[in-house]
Amino acid sequence: MKPWEKDPLLRVEHLTMRFGGLVAVDDVSFEVGRRDITALIGPNGAGKTTVFNCITGFYKPSEGMMELRHPDSQSFDLERLDDHDINSRARVARTFQNIRLFRGMTVLENLMVAQHNVLNRASGLTIGAILGLSGFGKAERLAVDHARHWLGRVDLIAKADEPAGELSYGDQRRLEIARAMCTRPLLLCLDEPAAGLNARETDGLNELLYSIRAQEDIALLLIEHDMSVVMRISDHIVVLDYGKEIADGTAEEVRNDPKVIAAYLGVPDEELPLVEREVGL
Amino acid sequence: MSALAEPGKSFGQRLQPALADAIIAGWIAFLLFCLLLGVRTVDKVTGLTLQPRPTLLAIAVGIVVFGRLLLNLFVWQAEHPITTPFAKLFTSERFERRDLIVLGTVAFVSALVLIVGSIIGAPGFQLVAACVFAFLGLGVVRRAIVYFFPNLPYARIFTIGGIAFAVLFPIISYLLEKAFHLGLPLRYLFDLSILVLTYVMLGWGLNIVVGLAGLLDLGYVAFYAVGAYVFALLATTFGLGFWMCLPIAGAAAALWGVILGFPVLRLRGDYLAIVTLAFGEIVRIILINWTPVTNGPNGVSDIPKPTFFGLPFSAAGGGPTFSSFFGLKYDPVQGIIFLYYVILGLALITNLVTIRLRRLPIGRAWEAMREDEIACRSLGINTTITKLTAFATGALFGGLAGSFFATRQGFISPESFTFIESAIILAIVVLGGMGSQLGVAIAAIVMVGGFEALRHTEGLQSIFGEGFDPALYRMLLFGIAMVGIMVWRPRGIIGSRSPTIALNEARPIPKDLVDTGRA
Repeated sequence: MKPWEKDPLLRVEHLTMRFGGLVAVDDVSFEVGRRDITALIGPNGAGKTTVFNCITGFYKPSEGMMELRHPDSQSFDLERLDDHDINSRARVARTFQNIRLFRGMTVLENLMVAQHNVLNRASGLTIGAILGLSGFGKAERLAVDHARHWLGRVDLIAKADEPAGELSYGDQRRLEIARAMCTRPLLLCLDEPAAGLNARETDGLNELLYSIRAQEDIALLLIEHDMSVVMRISDHIVVLDYGKEIADGTAEEVRNDPKVIAAYLGVPDEELPLVEREVGL
Repeated sequence: MSALAEPGKSFGQRLQPALADAIIAGWIAFLLFCLLLGVRTVDKVTGLTLQPRPTLLAIAVGIVVFGRLLLNLFVWQAEHPITTPFAKLFTSERFERRDLIVLGTVAFVSALVLIVGSIIGAPGFQLVAACVFAFLGLGVVRRAIVYFFPNLPYARIFTIGGIAFAVLFPIISYLLEKAFHLGLPLRYLFDLSILVLTYVMLGWGLNIVVGLAGLLDLGYVAFYAVGAYVFALLATTFGLGFWMCLPIAGAAAALWGVILGFPVLRLRGDYLAIVTLAFGEIVRIILINWTPVTNGPNGVSDIPKPTFFGLPFSAAGGGPTFSSFFGLKYDPVQGIIFLYYVILGLALITNLVTIRLRRLPIGRAWEAMREDEIACRSLGINTTITKLTAFATGALFGGLAGSFFATRQGFISPESFTFIESAIILAIVVLGGMGSQLGVAIAAIVMVGGFEALRHTEGLQSIFGEGFDPALYRMLLFGIAMVGIMVWRPRGIIGSRSPTIALNEARPIPKDLVDTGRA
């Protein structure tokens, strides 16, 4: 039994997603261990982002179940929750492949929006705060402190009052991670966090992800193409190809898996029937 | 042809392309105008005949050709565009010698025109010169203020000054009129101000839906109508007063906002606009056809006026009236001044609530939803509730404004709530700059007040002759103004966004970054 299989945070079972006749994800099952960094890799079009969108509620899967268990053993069936409940109740946060910041709002405002639910409750569902009741001021100060903490972590404190749309690409990536972290998640899903970053920024990102896992006691699930990131920081790698799961193991196991090599590098023509039989095509 | 000329090109080298461009523009103008201006249908005994008007056509085409040629040579293709000195009046760039010479020449020529005009008695000359002086004076005064007080919070001063003016103007003008009998058209002035303030309030209300939440709503007048009819029917059927009905009407409109909001939750941009447009029409058509309740096209009349803590503004009634209670001489203008303060109060409440909401989580969620709805949902924000609260809040203020409209008019009918009202309110929000409270107020004053001011442009008769009726050209001037604003300020008068919270110092966010929610 692999380490992530006992008491996993998230258990994905037989996940299948069809768009009309296209099977984008076909019977994928895996576990995300608590406090693990789990990577989801695969060639373009393998269905990685579709899996992500199912987990975070943007798609309703055609089949399968996804169970997320909190440390207090409260459990959530993600396929039954609305997308905003997956963040606010099941505590799963995500970033996007094409960065989705609130570009016309400042960096700080982005992080304040991320704490909407906490603040909204403190504002007495708005009416209390309009009438000057309730401890909204205190809640807002705490939220600003939380935001300031994360701005420090991603090294953006000096740019707190700049519009998010004016940040450089690398800063925007880090801000999106900070924004997701401001929702206080248990599982952070990162869709290609290193895309478009240079080598130095990628190193910084690796450090950030490590520090998040070490200090926040949460699990990370990431999609990544950059193998230098994946192989270095992942505890556990799941490989998809054409919507099917072709490998599931540690970095070392996946690196030497012939199916993975075939999927990434291709195989000589003469070996194709053999490999196809092995892969089950 | 807007590219700047390469420096060092001689006048002759620039003349040729400029001339070619002007001729092409003239040819296009000829094609456009040859039927619009070039011929006129005349009803003769023999039937309709076409009467050619070659002179008028030639003048129009000539204006285009020479205008384009001059613009090419001195603005678009010029090394030092002749417009730069004037633009510099409204920025803080340094003046160069050349700029001062241009400005000085223009001022000198205008002064000459003014003198000559007053000698030969041509008011048209005087009008033109006065306009030029007003423009130059405005720029010079602005430059002087910015030069001497560079760090004043201008937006705040402008806002406070505007509010102070709005609060004091009716009282002061009324007292001045009573004291000195100046013959001011008080009633007209107050009526116009009430109209402007109603649109300011409607603009601020719609600004919540369109400007903050980014939901393009073309049926805002439906909430205005709901508020007006709820108050009118409650008042005429059950005899309830304005202050009693105002919250009920607001709540009814907000409820209607939620009801209309539900079916359009999934829609955005153009699709949302079409459906809300249809909702606006549905409400109006129900009002026309549901005769037993709404009295159909005949409308509801005898709607009571608001009272001042129970004191009516009437000449003499059963009980004490406002004038008898305070020992004043009865004057119908008192009631109008009271109406003015009611709408001013309602508008300021709308503004204050909006400003407060922007700094609360719900307001930030509206703006975040305008920027990116998917990101909002990924952060745990329930966009269904967020959208419905935006619709409901906007509708609430629309309903309050509708109640006020009903009580002011004393009579309402479905004709007051046509699509053109929605279009005007939306135009106010878009021209003002979506999300900007100050911009919306300015736009409402310009659109409604300025539109009205065009009725009083008798000065133009001295230029175009006695037969010229400026009121007839209101729509044309209005259209030109709209096109102008959209060309020079496509994001509205105030397009930038001010942040709702800052760690150190809040700076306005450039308009290009702010989303309009149309995606």
